[in-house]
Amino acid sequence: MDTFSLLAQGLLTAIEPINLLYALIGVTLGTAVGVLPGIGPALTVALLLPVTYKLDPAGSLIMFAGIYYGGMYGGSTTSILLNTPGESASIVTALEGNKMARAGRGGPALATAAIGSFVAGLIATIGLAFVAPWIVSIALSFGPAEYFALMVLAFMTVSAAFGESTLRGLTALFIGLTLGLVGIDLQTGQARLAFGIPDLLDGIEVTTLAVALFAVGEALSVASSRAAAQQTIVPVKGSVWMNREDWARSWKPWLRGTAVGFPIGAMPAGGAEIGTFLSYSMERQLTKRPEEFGHGAIEGVAGPEAANNASAAGTLVPLLTLGLPTTATAAIMLAGFQQFGLQPGPLLFSSNPQLVWGLIASLLVANFMLLVLNLPLIGLWVRLLAIPAPWLYAGILMFATLGTIGANPSTFELGMLLAFGVLGYMLRRFGYPIAPVVVGLILGPLAEQQLRRALSISQGDPSILVGSPIAITLLLLALAAVVVPLILRARGKGQALAQLGANED
Amino acid sequence: MSLGGGSGAGRRPDWAALAIAAALAMVAGVIVWSTAGGTSGGGYARIGPAAFPYVIAAGLFLLAIWTAIAAWRGDFPKREPQQLGPLAWIVGGLIAQMLLLTTAGFSIATGILFAATARGLGRGPLWLTVPVGIVLAFVVWLIFARLLQLSLPAGPLERLF
Repeated sequence: MDTFSLLAQGLLTAIEPINLLYALIGVTLGTAVGVLPGIGPALTVALLLPVTYKLDPAGSLIMFAGIYYGGMYGGSTTSILLNTPGESASIVTALEGNKMARAGRGGPALATAAIGSFVAGLIATIGLAFVAPWIVSIALSFGPAEYFALMVLAFMTVSAAFGESTLRGLTALFIGLTLGLVGIDLQTGQARLAFGIPDLLDGIEVTTLAVALFAVGEALSVASSRAAAQQTIVPVKGSVWMNREDWARSWKPWLRGTAVGFPIGAMPAGGAEIGTFLSYSMERQLTKRPEEFGHGAIEGVAGPEAANNASAAGTLVPLLTLGLPTTATAAIMLAGFQQFGLQPGPLLFSSNPQLVWGLIASLLVANFMLLVLNLPLIGLWVRLLAIPAPWLYAGILMFATLGTIGANPSTFELGMLLAFGVLGYMLRRFGYPIAPVVVGLILGPLAEQQLRRALSISQGDPSILVGSPIAITLLLLALAAVVVPLILRARGKGQALAQLGANED
Repeated sequence: MSLGGGSGAGRRPDWAALAIAAALAMVAGVIVWSTAGGTSGGGYARIGPAAFPYVIAAGLFLLAIWTAIAAWRGDFPKREPQQLGPLAWIVGGLIAQMLLLTTAGFSIATGILFAATARGLGRGPLWLTVPVGIVLAFVVWLIFARLLQLSLPAGPLERLF
């Protein structure tokens, strides 16, 4: 009941005309950028962060919510029409969706993705509204030791549990943690790893790192491997509307996908792709037309797309209630909060309820706008897909540097962008995942803070870290997240884990 | 991303991956050196600003050893041959933008980056792409610096308006 009134208040904030305008701009920009090949939601959010610099916190976060959902939707359009998933969560969509598009059913594929995203986003956002206060009430009882254990768990699941290699995942995480050390220590004011360079005292900007790793690294990677085979866009023929049969085959996968995706996103494990893979195999088992799978089954688009969006809303649960980013996108959103001095977490719900509930309500509004906007505008998005790679990447780098210059117009910052861009290229070349670097950078200092807080409470006695059942459970789960995949890989079952690999998000 | 599992043939040590291991160990060394020299005293709690860097350095060092073993056994995924020319164009464009930004202003510096990137991906000629890039960057500058009040460095071109 309380949730309802808070959500209603949030909706009142969200439908103020100026906020509606912010949401509309966010959704449009998010879709337009997200639809470009090679750009996933994480990069979309990072590239568009500068647009929100000059707004007030509420307006900026509302625009952000729109960008986030728009970027997600844009990504699925790319995978259906171009078969180049911009992010790992869209791989499955590309599997069946592109086949449908080739069979001349691109319209219904896009429609079931859009409506499925809407249904999933709606249910998951309402789920978020109901789950969040409950987790906040638990989280209020957490001490620093529990927070530290939770962050260790997030580190391990993001880096080691899924993907091709535990070694490379952990290495990526530690690169991020190392970068997180740079700058002034929050508790004592001492400079660490700054090497006497004043520009480094403030630490490394999350947006600079993310844009460099994702945009510059990707551009270098595409340019150097001439294997970038000519991609063909499948034209959308015929009606974009779904017929009666499409509806009948779609609505159950939407709901099942949502049911799978939301809990997975909400757990401090991250990775929307896990939900999409589960949903895909589930639909494959349950379908009445197994022969269509692999040749463009609409269920294989509807279910995973819903799972993808539901788990995107799910990742907001740990982000908003615990301040815990579990994907690269969430890490960048956390940076967006921090630019206004806001620290997401249980306290934000009591100190700034209008803002939090305004944001949750805006997600609903953004979701609705996407549905209204996208079906009629499909033709426009398709045209964006046709931009040739040279112009596309030239434009991407223009905006990537624009964001960095806008945040801090200095030669040094651009130098860091270049250095991290080369790092991103090397990471790609040697098969290292990117997301753990970004998560490590932003979560490392927070974890250190909690660790030191816990140890000052206990006056240096480390047993406080395993002093409560919650902390012990979380640490054991973290250990399992490292050890179990190692054993599975040693037994030659690594293929399945590699499939679940978190690549970009 | 290429899938893992070099099949049988790749049993030679992977020198590039060994270099990564060396680089990781070196970063660990730099952390220890910088922490030992720079940060002092942890206050009353035994765990001060130096503790976490040491933990991370230790982790990096262990990962360096692990990477070296993996490299020796050829466990790294196969890599495609790379072309260095296009890379040099893009990196060069970024460096040019970096150096020109404060003197030539946002539009000219970014226009050059635009042209260099397009060239790296196989589109030219530069006499055409540089002006196109500058015009595009100038439009972006108008939108972001004038409309959204972002502080983007102005050069001779921007000062005309």
